[in-house]
Amino acid sequence: MEPAAKRPYAEPELPPSRGEISAALIEYLRGTGPLPGDAALAGADPLGDDLQLALYVCYELHYRGFAGVDGAREWDPELLRVRAALERPFLAALRAGATRHSRADEALDELLVEPADGEGVSHFLQDKGELWQLREYAAQRSVYHLKEADPHAWVLPRLWGRAKAGMAAVEFDEWGGGRAERVHAQLFADLMTDLGLDPSYGRYLDASGAEALAVVNLMSLFGLHRELRGALVGHFAAVETTSSPGSRRLAKAMRRTGAGPAAEHFYAEHVEADAVHEQVVRREVVAGLLEEEPHLDADIAFGVEATGWVEDRLADRLLEAWRSGRSSLRAAV
Amino acid sequence: MPNSPAERPRRIVAHREGPMLVEGPVEIVLEDGTTVSSDRFCVALCTCRRSRVFPWCDTSHRRRSPAARPGADH
Repeated sequence: MEPAAKRPYAEPELPPSRGEISAALIEYLRGTGPLPGDAALAGADPLGDDLQLALYVCYELHYRGFAGVDGAREWDPELLRVRAALERPFLAALRAGATRHSRADEALDELLVEPADGEGVSHFLQDKGELWQLREYAAQRSVYHLKEADPHAWVLPRLWGRAKAGMAAVEFDEWGGGRAERVHAQLFADLMTDLGLDPSYGRYLDASGAEALAVVNLMSLFGLHRELRGALVGHFAAVETTSSPGSRRLAKAMRRTGAGPAAEHFYAEHVEADAVHEQVVRREVVAGLLEEEPHLDADIAFGVEATGWVEDRLADRLLEAWRSGRSSLRAAV
Repeated sequence: MPNSPAERPRRIVAHREGPMLVEGPVEIVLEDGTTVSSDRFCVALCTCRRSRVFPWCDTSHRRRSPAARPGADH
């Protein structure tokens, strides 16, 4: 394997398509065909592979773009119209599936309980995860962790006072506190190298199922729309609140399987960092935003619950495959 | 530095539930004489004594089962 650190900043390749919509969209970006038509858009499964990949590709234009795709496509009005047509059913599915509370403190309170006999991906990996399962987990998580904290920066100009100061402080810590080698996305790239994975940005997009893409699409959706700033803050609070105990279990899994020092360090760092971030996000960012804009309470709750909902769907896919000894990936890594 | 630490006292946020939040960087002397340090902008110090990474909080103070809400956080 080539060392990751030497690799230059590169735009990822356009991925293989997963259906009618993503195929047309990718052809359009190559300059070889029209955008997907209204009939195809109307009939799509909002949580299926085709729509989730198409949405992921639309959003990626705002992050690193794709090799050979004109950077001006980011603000192409026709493409943005298609993106909106993909976002509407996704957002509707999230609201219908996830919404249970209308107050942020009620939604967050549920996350502050840590049952001794919990189950979930981190419990599975801690207790009996094998190295191949840790590699599958890291490959699919890479579509998220290599963007870690990035879409959350889009909310900064939309916040004020305590919420803004708290958010900026946590983001600074996520980005290594001014030290490139400590940027959390870099720590994850180092974990991938320990696990024998290729840490190139976008490398495992094709291996990642619709459930893993939905986790990333959710934060891009919330990050790119000012209207959804409450949901973005709720999402961030949910991630930071659940991360610390889950990371402790994953650090244990990495240690038990001898995955390597960088693999263990990524999660050990998150145990300590996210115990701090949770406090700052709840006490400063969530409370600060509610002070400024109390009408966003239900949106913050929605962001918390939507995050849990997409994470649970991903967990179901992973555990269902692993419990029957099968791979959870779309393509081998 | 525009805000020299000498200009104002260090702020510590104390809640009955959860860790104590101290503005970083910090150096902490433990009972065996060893010193641990952190240059994070803020550190969460364990006050429940259950942390497995003491003196840092690792969220071990959390309830094991849902309880009646003790009241709003703020």
